[in-house]
Amino acid sequence: MAEARVSHALVQIGAVLLALLLTTLVLLASKAPPFAAYANIVLGAVGSWEVIANVLVSWVPLLLATAGLLLTFTVGLWNIGIEGQITLGAIFTTWALRVLQASGMNPALIIAVSFLAGIMGGALWAMLAGALKTFGGVNEIFGGLGLNFVATALNLWLIFGPWKRPGVASMSGTVPFDHSLWLPTLTAQSRLSPAALLVAILSIALVYSLIQGTYFGLRLKAVGKNPHAAFLLGVPTWQYMMASFALCGVFAGLAGAVQVTSVYHRLIPSISSGYGYLGLMVAMLVNFRASLAAPVALFFAALNVGSIQLPIVLKLDSSLAGVLQGTLVLFVLFAQGARQRLLKGRSG
Amino acid sequence: MQVELQSIHKSFGPVHANAGITVTIPPATIQGILGENGAGKSTLMKVLSGFIAPDSGTIFLDGRPVVIQSPADAIGLGIGMLHQDPLDFPPMRLLDNFILGRKGGLFPDRRTTTRQFLELAARFEFHLSPDAYVDTLTVGERQQLEILRLLWCGAQVLILDEPTTGISQPQKEKLFDTLKKLASQGMTIIFVSHKLEDVEFLCSRVAVLRQGSLTGVALPPYVTKELVQMMFGREIALSAKPPAGPGGAVLSLTGVSLEGARLLIKDVTFQARAGEIIGLAGMEGSGQSIFLSACAGLHRPVSGSIALAERDATGRSHHYFKKHGVAYLPAARLEQGLVPGLSLSDHFVLSEGIRGFFIDRRRATRLAEDRISSYNIKGGPSNTVESLSGGNQQRMLLALLRDPLSLILLEHPTRGLDIESTIYVWAKLRERCAQGTAILFISADLDEVLQYSDRVVVFFAGRVSPLLPAESLSVESLGELIGGKGWDSFGKGAAGG
Amino acid sequence: MNGELILVGLAGVLTAAAPLLFGVIGETFSERAGVINLSMNGTILLSAMGGFAVALATGSVVLGFLAGAAIGGLVALIVAFASITLRQSQVAVGFVLTLLCRDLSYFLGNPIMGETGPRLGTISLPVLGSLPVAGTLLFRHDIMTFLSFLLTVVAWIFIFRTRPGLKLRGIGERPAAAYVRGANVNLLRYLYTVLGGALAGLAGPIYSLSVKAGWKGTISGLDGIGWIVLAITIFGGWSPFRVALGAYLFSLLQWLGLVLQPALPGIPSQVLQVAPFPLMILTLLLVNIGNAEWVERSLARLPAPVRRAVARALRALNVTPPAALGIPFQKE
Repeated sequence: MAEARVSHALVQIGAVLLALLLTTLVLLASKAPPFAAYANIVLGAVGSWEVIANVLVSWVPLLLATAGLLLTFTVGLWNIGIEGQITLGAIFTTWALRVLQASGMNPALIIAVSFLAGIMGGALWAMLAGALKTFGGVNEIFGGLGLNFVATALNLWLIFGPWKRPGVASMSGTVPFDHSLWLPTLTAQSRLSPAALLVAILSIALVYSLIQGTYFGLRLKAVGKNPHAAFLLGVPTWQYMMASFALCGVFAGLAGAVQVTSVYHRLIPSISSGYGYLGLMVAMLVNFRASLAAPVALFFAALNVGSIQLPIVLKLDSSLAGVLQGTLVLFVLFAQGARQRLLKGRSG
Repeated sequence: MQVELQSIHKSFGPVHANAGITVTIPPATIQGILGENGAGKSTLMKVLSGFIAPDSGTIFLDGRPVVIQSPADAIGLGIGMLHQDPLDFPPMRLLDNFILGRKGGLFPDRRTTTRQFLELAARFEFHLSPDAYVDTLTVGERQQLEILRLLWCGAQVLILDEPTTGISQPQKEKLFDTLKKLASQGMTIIFVSHKLEDVEFLCSRVAVLRQGSLTGVALPPYVTKELVQMMFGREIALSAKPPAGPGGAVLSLTGVSLEGARLLIKDVTFQARAGEIIGLAGMEGSGQSIFLSACAGLHRPVSGSIALAERDATGRSHHYFKKHGVAYLPAARLEQGLVPGLSLSDHFVLSEGIRGFFIDRRRATRLAEDRISSYNIKGGPSNTVESLSGGNQQRMLLALLRDPLSLILLEHPTRGLDIESTIYVWAKLRERCAQGTAILFISADLDEVLQYSDRVVVFFAGRVSPLLPAESLSVESLGELIGGKGWDSFGKGAAGG
Repeated sequence: MNGELILVGLAGVLTAAAPLLFGVIGETFSERAGVINLSMNGTILLSAMGGFAVALATGSVVLGFLAGAAIGGLVALIVAFASITLRQSQVAVGFVLTLLCRDLSYFLGNPIMGETGPRLGTISLPVLGSLPVAGTLLFRHDIMTFLSFLLTVVAWIFIFRTRPGLKLRGIGERPAAAYVRGANVNLLRYLYTVLGGALAGLAGPIYSLSVKAGWKGTISGLDGIGWIVLAITIFGGWSPFRVALGAYLFSLLQWLGLVLQPALPGIPSQVLQVAPFPLMILTLLLVNIGNAEWVERSLARLPAPVRRAVARALRALNVTPPAALGIPFQKE
């Protein structure tokens, strides 16, 4: 057993090295200095307290999305619609804030209600994808994708239509909310909200214990691995699928709410910022196990934030982070497959 | 063409499917290969037809050693195999199925091929239409198509793997005529089966396999007892059946009609009583599976009503049936009944339906250990379920059954199991019977049906016989009913309590 | 909106649909063999950028297209390798690649953003090009649009009328049956997946060298096209003529979005631009609805003649995928 663990670890390390190698080649092909680029990313992620705070700010929605996705992955679903679920969470949060901002209610209460609204929005959108799959037979990949597009259209319509800034509608989003409705941050300059951080950490812990330690989690696993047998064993399969969609939507909605109340303080066209898709990648990289989700998500967030300076300092596009992330997941997938094939060959 | 297999070895992990088999088959013969499930017949034929490569051993055709690495090699050498489930393309037309696989130009000449197809079909009196879609054909017709195709591709050795399962009696007779004709024309035919009567009737030589080895070769006239001895290694003693003391009705079907993919079961009235065992017999695809699924609430009837004891359960979901004491064990144990990747104790936790939020690991392990020991399962609580052997998987399915149950529905409960596991399974089932559980089971093994059932229902092409007491049937009479003969004595196909 | 403008607009629809056609026909080949290439979105972006870069550097449009095809084929090779040889999930590897290729295209294309490069010229066919209506509509296009027409027809003939096409269908339906008839299933799956990828790789350069000339990075408007290609392949039932219909429909919707803009002042232009995407994907609901269990249940309750008529209608609408799509082929 120990031998298997060691070989597993070696294979993962090999994958990481290969990913670094390929990215370096990409940099060289782009006539960019690789070491300078990596150094820049590292500095951009841990070079000052400010950037570290930014990494954590970026970590929160990513971790929330990943936590939710781990649930849908457990039940065997590819919830590609998570991007739209985050967006709907943000939309509902914005709507609640807009409605309540002039009501004279306690601001903390307003924020709390807006979070609930965000959760509702995300869960609703997720259950829509779930319903399309369960009752419409629409593959959750395409149903989710379609709903992502609808969510984007809805978002744009609100920003350029009913909720537009007075005067000229702008790509910079809706009117920013009053400071009282901003989630309190660590310092005046940073956007890091300790409350949001806590929520994210609690979420992943919750998901971990849900999957590993509860009957609910066991039934989710059974549905994911063999829906027919799970059904015969007495698990109401479609209900568990819907439940996993709903729960994932809750976390996605939370991510959207955090984006609105603590990062942007308004609704912007790209409010989900690709955290949904990135969360899918994190989940794949940790092989759908919650225990490593937090550190890997942190690493990915660091890459994202670290590469923000690249365009300014080295005239490189910040999508280098995406290249690193993508090659990493790709090679880990390869490594997994190679290991499985080799193991099978040995046992005959 | 003479076919000689020398010292063929093939293992799948720990299972030694072919352990050094050597057999010679002369040309223009119908060679029977006899053996029970798991004896190694299919493996040997897959080796000969190139589907899998042997671990060691040589194949000789007309005295020359040949290397067969793939089906393409086999076809090139003139060896063709008709698989038990014919490997054809259901959504495509007959003619396309026919053309596929034969080398030729970019654009197939459909007109010439159609002509050749019809000529061949006429020669053997097969009534097949080139434009029909394969998924509308019966198994027998699909076999005919495959045979024609293999002949057209120049086969000189024809291997048939369990060809008489799932075809009607007239189709079987036609098949046998065709095979005899082909053999008289010089073709070497290898007929693989576990059915004694077919092999005795058709084959001019019989080789018997048991547990991976060749146990003997027989020539006509055949002595059934000897063949049985070679197949099983001992005589099967039919154990005495304790008399059933049936109680009240546990399951009642009234005027139920079921619609399947290709058949219609009309207006069945049926009752299962507590403590009795009812065997459902019939060729695969005759309606027993749909019937059993309907009794489990897995298949909704188009009309009629189903009642569990006094409770109406028509149109209810399977979970409602489960709640009221019905259990269903599918034939595909690992694919449909168990969850690969989960451990044994996970399964017990799932089936118990324990209330609560957090899993009590200690309780789960204790439960698992308890069940494992009482069902004699070779595996620990934390072992994954796919690491168990077939026999242990079936024990696992039994161990997952709740207590008490009013009705257990089993689809092929002992398929693929060794004798020891089979006896164990039936012992456990009988225990349940004694407690008042009714049992419905599907089996393709007529001996099993007659040995364990109190009453038997026969299915043929969607027709359902009345409940027949097992003592009134013999293997022959049951076989006839399964083959469609002798139904007139029932009047309109309704089953009575 | 006079007739001439409409005609030109419709001709534009055909031109804009050309890249989609290359994509959907390519994906049809790949999926008919049993492999889904979910990296389509990223492939189109990367091949658009790469094709433009090569054309810019060499001045040759032809080399640009070849580069695009090579890129598409390479990405598809990775998908094939991961799914056929390594037996990983096609969805997983396709999804990673779609994001990776997208990011690669933005990163490597950064230096050439906004540059002006060579463009495909329009050809007017000798006699046919001068015809009054049909000429504008069908016979005055760039070479790739003409090729897209040809490709659709050739693909249909290949898949449904030739021997290798029959084999292709066999591999996707029941690889075991194809195998016993001598087909090297996995090799053929590799071939068709790479072919599909190469065809999709031609779609990208059509955008960057013709329809939306140049490389504009994140605002190129190409992000999302690949998903539509995948959806249309399903909607079109894996049949060249039907998927082509889907491609033209989507192009038409996009054009209508532009045309109706002034008539619908209440709806922001951004929304109309995005609208065809969800509309297109939601049509999948129609073609899939027959599969749902509750539909079967409600059907069971209808009286027999009604039931049979409804079932027949659903079956006509319904599309059945190649039975072995997404499932790796293992001999034992």
